[in-house]
Amino acid sequence: MPSKFPSARAGLEGTSGDSTAPVVEKVGVSPEAAEVAGLDALELQPQRDKGQRGKRIWKNTWPKLAAIAIVLLVWQIVVWAEWKPIYVLPSPETVFTDLGSVITTADFWDGVRVTMTRAFTGFLLAVVIGTIIGALVSQFAPLRAAIGSLITGLQTMPSIMWFPLAILLFQLSESAILFVVILGAAPSVANGLISGIDYVPRTWLRVGQVLGMRGVAKYRHLILPASLPSFISGLKQGWAFSWRSLMAGELLVIVPGALSIGVRMQQARDLSDSSLVICYIIVVLIIGILIDVLFNAADNALRRRWGLLSN
Amino acid sequence: MSLLERQDVRTGPLVRLESVSKSYGDLLALDRVSLAVQRGEFVCLLGASGCGKSTLLSLVAGLDQISGGTLDIGGRKVSLMFQEAALFPWLSVRGNVELPLRLQGVSRPERRKRAEELLGIVRLSGFSDKRPHELSGGMRQRVALARALAQNADILLMDEPFGALDAMTRDILHDELERIWREQSLTVLFVTHNVREAVRLGDRVILLSSRPGRVIEDYAITHERPRRIDSPEVSAQAGEITDRLRAEVARHAQ
Repeated sequence: MPSKFPSARAGLEGTSGDSTAPVVEKVGVSPEAAEVAGLDALELQPQRDKGQRGKRIWKNTWPKLAAIAIVLLVWQIVVWAEWKPIYVLPSPETVFTDLGSVITTADFWDGVRVTMTRAFTGFLLAVVIGTIIGALVSQFAPLRAAIGSLITGLQTMPSIMWFPLAILLFQLSESAILFVVILGAAPSVANGLISGIDYVPRTWLRVGQVLGMRGVAKYRHLILPASLPSFISGLKQGWAFSWRSLMAGELLVIVPGALSIGVRMQQARDLSDSSLVICYIIVVLIIGILIDVLFNAADNALRRRWGLLSN
Repeated sequence: MSLLERQDVRTGPLVRLESVSKSYGDLLALDRVSLAVQRGEFVCLLGASGCGKSTLLSLVAGLDQISGGTLDIGGRKVSLMFQEAALFPWLSVRGNVELPLRLQGVSRPERRKRAEELLGIVRLSGFSDKRPHELSGGMRQRVALARALAQNADILLMDEPFGALDAMTRDILHDELERIWREQSLTVLFVTHNVREAVRLGDRVILLSSRPGRVIEDYAITHERPRRIDSPEVSAQAGEITDRLRAEVARHAQ
């Protein structure tokens, strides 16, 4: 190796402690090196000031708050207009008071625990199964011809269609619910992986070829990382399907002893307690949104790393 | 193997093509192309569209099979750079440069050291932890060059590596490539459709005809290095080659 570079580099390394942008050492650098460094500095985008954190959060938050306010207002107006009797369509105030007292009971959190345990178990199983199927289908052409379109077909099946069969197969049990949750989510997961693998850019594949990647190394260093964004969207979609299937399942398949959110909602309906039914709708909505936020955070983090987001 | 033969291996051309043809179905892309690249030589392949210059590089790189003739690189290792840097966005700049070393099974501390060295060679020390998207096009191409150098190949193939860059960046990268080629004693086969670029960089400029690709001229470029793309000698010779190239392009008018 030429001996002139380590010294120039030492200067750079000395300055790379706290600053975020690399600092170009000016002293003792050849004119050519200065030209290159100067051009680099000009071509790099200056770090734009993203503004204060509080301001940014507010900018993202107020439209959401406004939307909630409008929904509540419309709801209140409908109640005031006495379109339905007050015991059928309670006012927001009644519902939120009820919600406040429901979520402070240990019972309620037991129900959430039962439901979320099912959701995560079902989703994780769906991820494992979907990933294996996706990997196999993308790997073997005959398998793709055989079940490739079937996977997409399954994805469009309303999951509630599976319950009669699930109940016959597994009776009113956890297995019946998991069966349907997995059928709902696995196709999305598989499809995400398949399309991720299919659309690995050609130039990357050529690089892999030039670097001599084969077999396992090719998967480990190229195909899997390259298909990650698509895989994550598959996971996100899979979660949405499994959550929907689960809610349908909890209303239809009542497993003795497991007082899930769905069962509690069904009980509230049996007691004609509209307010409580709406409470559980809100709870399910909030859980859905929270999980979606997590997926979006993962998705955004990945896109930012890859430079697919502008900010 | 006798001493004489081994000597021969060492001094003979690194890349030798004899009457190499390549066809895709009925389409003849390369027609009996013969050329040799000596160790340490910088050879530019020049041609208009459809001259099969990229096809030729793919053949030498082993990404594609020849249809006829002899292609001999003596089992040597080749690395290839494209017009796009094609860096992997899930890896840092250092990670991209380390990847060929990882695939060769180089130990972690060793490859980290080597990657830093290579990034120093392309003057990107201090950018190791950046992501590819945080760099400019010219810087990305330099990372791609460092990655190609990390393969420690005997022959560096370059397929219009500066084609997508602005003129200023390209000029500076010519200087950089010339310097690195000299310091690292590289053997380069460089494809371009830019006549001045070819004359600026090459020891030889091989002019190819289009559809099918044939060698029509092999120019020796003897101007003293380091050269400038706007020097009178480079311009004069580029003018001469351009005339020849235009005549070739005009032949396809009918």
